[in-house]
This record gives sequence, C-alpha cells and structure tokens, in this order.
Amino acid sequence: MTEPQHGDRRHSPGPSLYPIGFAAGVACILVGLIINPMVIVPIGVVIAVVCGFLWARDATKEFRGEPVAAIEPERGGPRESTDAPAIPPDRGEAAMPEPDPGERFPRNRFLEGATLGFGAVIGGLVTVPAVGFMIVPAFKGQGYPKVDLGPLDNFTPGQWFVTKFFMHPEAGEVSHRTAYIRNNGQLNGKPSFTIISNRCAHLGCPVQPNGPVQDNQKKDINLPKGQRITMIPAIPAGGYGCPCHGGQYDVEGNRVSGPPVRALDRYDFAIVDGHLILGTPYSVSHVKGEGKDALIYKYKLTGPGEHVDGWEQILYPLQPPH
Amino acid sequence: MATAARNKKSARRRQLEAAINYPIDWLEERSGLIGGLRYFLFRKVPGDTGWWHTLGSATLTAFLVQALTGVILAMYYKPDPQNAYQSIQHITNDLTLGWLVRGMHKWGASVFIILMFFHMARVFLFGAYKYPRELNWIIGVTLLAVGMLEGFTGYLLPWDQTAYWATVVGINLNGTAPFLGPFLADFLRGGGEIGTETLARFYSMHMLLIPGLIFALIGLHLYLVIRLGVSSPPWSREAAGSDYDADEPATNGRSGLTQPAARSGWRRNGGDDV
Repeated sequence: MTEPQHGDRRHSPGPSLYPIGFAAGVACILVGLIINPMVIVPIGVVIAVVCGFLWARDATKEFRGEPVAAIEPERGGPRESTDAPAIPPDRGEAAMPEPDPGERFPRNRFLEGATLGFGAVIGGLVTVPAVGFMIVPAFKGQGYPKVDLGPLDNFTPGQWFVTKFFMHPEAGEVSHRTAYIRNNGQLNGKPSFTIISNRCAHLGCPVQPNGPVQDNQKKDINLPKGQRITMIPAIPAGGYGCPCHGGQYDVEGNRVSGPPVRALDRYDFAIVDGHLILGTPYSVSHVKGEGKDALIYKYKLTGPGEHVDGWEQILYPLQPPH
Repeated sequence: MATAARNKKSARRRQLEAAINYPIDWLEERSGLIGGLRYFLFRKVPGDTGWWHTLGSATLTAFLVQALTGVILAMYYKPDPQNAYQSIQHITNDLTLGWLVRGMHKWGASVFIILMFFHMARVFLFGAYKYPRELNWIIGVTLLAVGMLEGFTGYLLPWDQTAYWATVVGINLNGTAPFLGPFLADFLRGGGEIGTETLARFYSMHMLLIPGLIFALIGLHLYLVIRLGVSSPPWSREAAGSDYDADEPATNGRSGLTQPAARSGWRRNGGDDV
C-alpha cells in the first residue's frame, strides 16, 4: 500500500479567480474607510458583492448539478514506476560527476556545514547578549550609599543605640537595615564611633542584643529624601545573639560560640556638618580591646559564612565587586 | 420485529462510529498522532508490576498540578516588593477559590518533592537504575535537584518574614560554596543585597526558567522509559539479568526488559544478548 500523495484527489471546487476579486473588494472597503468612505467604500462593496456572488455560483456548480470541467490532478509526489526502477539521485546523467579521490568536497557537505555554521552564528548572536543581560547587571552598579544618621548630639557617649535606617529610602521597606551604634567619645581629638552591622556572620540573619532594649525611649528622626532613622537605647550586656542558628557574639562583635566564622561586620563612618554619616561596611575577623581603644582586624566586605582569615580564606580568593 | 430493531440499532451505531472515527482518522492520516498516543499509552509492561510502579506517574501528576495552579496564580500575583504580600493576601482571602488554588500549589509543592523521593526509593530498591537504565537515573537525579531549586525560588514569593529570611539564609548558604560561591550568591540576589531585583528574578526563574527545564527533562525521562520499557520487580521470574530465552516471543504478556528493547532495535543492531 502506498501512502496517499498530494494531488491524488481532484480539486473540488475547481480553481477560480473570483475569490481574488472578492478579497480585492474587501481590501477596497477597508482602504476606503480610511481615505474616502463616501466614494471608495461603495466601489469596494460593489466589487465584493459581484465577485462574491460569482464565486458562490462557481463553487456550488457541482452541487447544483451543472457540468464541471474535468481538471487534471496535480502530481506533486513521485510517479508510480511503471517499468524501469527509478534512477537514484546520485546516478544517471543528471547526477554530479563523481569527484576525483583526494579532492572530495561534495556540495551537500558544504551546504550542511554552512547551515550549521550560520545556525551557530545566529544562535550565538541571540544568546550571548541575553545571557549577558541575565548575569552582568547583578555585578554592576553595586556599592553602598552614604547614609545620614542624624545629629551627633543624639548619640549619648557610652550608650548603645539600636539604629534603624533605610539604605535606599526610595526602595522602601526592603532596604531597611539595623546597626548597633555606640559613641565612644573623643579619640585624639576626633569623635570615635563603634558601628556594628546586625548581619550575622554565619548566614546573614539579624542578630539581637542580649540585654534590655528600651522601647519606651524610642526616638524617630525624619530626614530629607524620605529617610527615617529610629533610635532605641539598648544595653547589650551579654553581647549579641542570632535567633536562627544560635551564634553568639560579645559586645564588640567577636564570635563567642556557635556557627559564625568571624566577628560581626562593621561600618565606616564620617562626621559631616555635625551629622554622623554611615560609610561602607567591612568585614572583621576579630577585635582586641574595647571602645575607642579597640584594635580591629579589618578585611574587605565578604558574604556571611566566608572565612577572612585562617587557612579557609583560600576558599574565597575572589569577591564580586561590591 | 426483533431483528429489525437490532438492524436499525446497528445501522445507527455504524453511523455513530463513522461520525466518531472521521475526525480521529482525519488527524491520524495527517499526523500519525493517534498511533503515537496508542504506542505511548498502551505499551506492554511486565505482568508482575504493581502499585510501586505508579509512583512515577504520581510524581508527574503532582508536577502537572503545580504547573496548572501556578499558571492561574500568576494571573493574580504581583511580583514587586510593594505589592507581593498584599496580592497573596488578596488571593487567599478575597478571590473566589483563591485559598484553594493557592493551598493546592503550596501543599502540592511538598507532595511533589515527597513523591520524587518515594519514586527514587522505589527505583533504587528495585534495582531499576541498572543497565540499560543508568542514564534515566542520572536524569532523575537532575530532576530532583531542579525540583528543589523550584521549591527554593518559590518560597520567596509570599514575601513575608519567613520567606525573606529563609531566602537570605538560603542564598548565603550558596555564597559559602568555595571559589564561585560569592558570585553565585550575587547572581541569585541580582546584586549585593536582597532588594527589588531579587523578587522579580526569583519569580522569573520560578515560573519560566526552571519549569521549562523540568518539562524538557521529564520529556527525556519518559522517552527513555518508553524506549527501554518498564523493569520487572526484583522478585520477578523475568527480572533483568535472569536466565531466560530472549528470542522467545512474549506470549503471556510478561514481556519485561527485552520486549521493548527488541522492538526499538538497539538489541538487533549488534546489541549484546544479556
């Protein structure tokens, strides 16, 4: 049994030019609606109606019992072989001459390679920018803005403050950050501050003060550009603890126990026009001493859970550009 | 009288059958899809398969439930930090049947993961990962990993405290991987900190990137199941590797390992007879 070939069945109804006239009429109506509804549209309607009527008459000829002109069926597929077997395409007069051995590079090989090659080029032209767009923006335009934390007078010397602020006020609640800040008084004639990030050095949960937080003395400071600072006095006598996996730190942020791999991160700061300005955060392996006399072992900011000292630091040789 | 009634009925029946068969034949003649569907659904399987062998299709069903409910949830969910939480509340509390569809998606996620593990345990304990099905085991393990990633990215979308902090911990966990970990974490966050980019990023991965990958891998997984056939249980008389004549035609329906393999031709074309 052979497969049905295109053209085995007779066209029914036969080919006709009227549909084209009908389409032209419809197009004329649509164009006329824009250009000149009074003149061109009626012309289009006439063309469409006349051609449509003739088309319908033509198409229903057989149905109405009128004689239909016999049409030679199209023959698209291979003809059924009658006597001799078909000549394969690589034989016979029309076939390409067999190339000499040694310089064989048939045309179909060339076309195959060209198709695959162009396909790869087009695919690359589309994929490379798309993947780049997916990956690169995550590593660009980072960095930390300078955040105004309000007048220095708000920070009573020797007192810890749970200080909440917006890293990017325009981004809203998602940029809400907390730092533990203590005014250490003067050091060599300059103000000294300890600013500890609440991001746990284990996996980044927010650490909490181990001691009373005086919510009734909460102070809100509204600054320009939607910045709102909340200051709550606290006495972290037992240092800081993380609610997620139990990491514990002393009051200077040194790891005491639990899974953290280093001390709590800190922030640089500056004093501008009597305001405390928060700078970029940095990582700390450990701190010796306390308050303004503390000796801080400072490193470039790394993610939580990454060692900055010891032999494990070789596991994190490169950092994304923060 | 009775004969006439029967004849009349059978004539009507013939008419009906012709009417039903016409579109099916039309489709089959032009696409071969009906034959393909029959080949896919009405395969021969070993006679002593049982309920254990349904865990794979159960997992597939759980995934399709996730896909369907997820598409509908995406019609109401708003993936930006200002609106995400409120839109979830709106779905759960205000919209008709929203609580049900969201519940199906939320609990169905766990069902999907649990069923994957059950299916994996069945394949492992039955030894169904052995030759020639090792590749399907590898694809299955990849599906498990990608399925877990789907769960991880979906967990952030409710945008509540649990979602936020679980994702902070999850991303930082990835960040502690040696060498490329910090870069992976930045890629997942879309920056140095979780922010407005992160939610949209996770949403895109959760509903487009990873499901596409899962669909493709499921396609490969099923293709190999059909090509290699369903394995017999270990206690089967015809378990893979047991001593019986592979050339004997399957007469009792217990065709096991060799029947589909012989049909697919890898054995005929120089494949070694086990």
